[in-house]
Amino acid sequence: MKALIGKKIGMTMIYKEGVAVPVTVVKAGPCVVVQKKTVENDGYNAIQIGFEDVKEKHVNKPMQGHFKKAGVKPTRYLKEVRVDNVDEYEIGQVLDVSIFEEGEMVDVSGRTKGKGYQGTVKRWNFGGHDKTHGTKYPRHGSTGMHTYPGKVLKGTKMAGHMGNVNRTILNLEVVKVDKDNSLLVLKGALPGAKNSIVYVRSAVRGGK
Amino acid sequence: MDQLIRAVEMPYKKEWPKLAIGDHVKVLTAVIEGGKEREQLFEGYVIAMSGSAGGRTFTVRKISHNGIGVEKIFPFSCPTVKDIKVVGHGKVRRAKLYYIRNLKGKKARIKEKRETKK
Repeated sequence: MKALIGKKIGMTMIYKEGVAVPVTVVKAGPCVVVQKKTVENDGYNAIQIGFEDVKEKHVNKPMQGHFKKAGVKPTRYLKEVRVDNVDEYEIGQVLDVSIFEEGEMVDVSGRTKGKGYQGTVKRWNFGGHDKTHGTKYPRHGSTGMHTYPGKVLKGTKMAGHMGNVNRTILNLEVVKVDKDNSLLVLKGALPGAKNSIVYVRSAVRGGK
Repeated sequence: MDQLIRAVEMPYKKEWPKLAIGDHVKVLTAVIEGGKEREQLFEGYVIAMSGSAGGRTFTVRKISHNGIGVEKIFPFSCPTVKDIKVVGHGKVRRAKLYYIRNLKGKKARIKEKRETKK
């Protein structure tokens, strides 16, 4: 699987054959291969990639050793990517946006914006109730039945904390690859705020 | 950060005459119909501008046949916008001329700004 760690830059629109396309700009990579995991050693095949260089003093001792072993500069973010064949990669190899092509489908994971404690209208798209005309409790309606089941079923939609969870958006089209600025231009919106870390991988389901 | 977004928008940027609210403009757009491309002219007043940078748009309002008001929103960077011509500048005091939607006939006109002679 092809994958990169990146930063969400923001949204804009570009034109394709006279039609406006809403796009998100992601500064993806360059990512460095820090570790290789093999079936013999670890039970599965994967590479560990790092993104965004940091000073060595900002990395704790165990991690310093980890980077030193690989002989690469310490990075702020690390992520494991499952691959079929580890031999295609070398430790210290730099992966950039050119691993993706225009027109390709990708999945993007990120942490959504935290919304705090939200009511059912915003959190679950409930209709809401009259605020006046004699209503006593203008909140959500019933949360369950009667003596049977005699409890509120698990997973019932109620008010609570919203956002600040990991989400993956499947099958986003790569509209453009800008190698000079190491940018990926993806069609549609991504989870998270500007400058938040996103993980871009080739589409695992469907896609082109 | 913004510069990176600008880098993506750059290829679509176009140079147009500076528009102001209340301007009388002629906008030439390409229309693709049945595989054929033809040009269409839309003439009216600029009643609003919104957005920023690559997403900036302007709204043109004209009075069509039988006094029906027609508005079109054009993105500045849209490739189908072929030409923007400023015919005259309007004398207006607002950034958004939405009030003009409620006016009819002679009242729905915008007074033209006379150029001061030097």
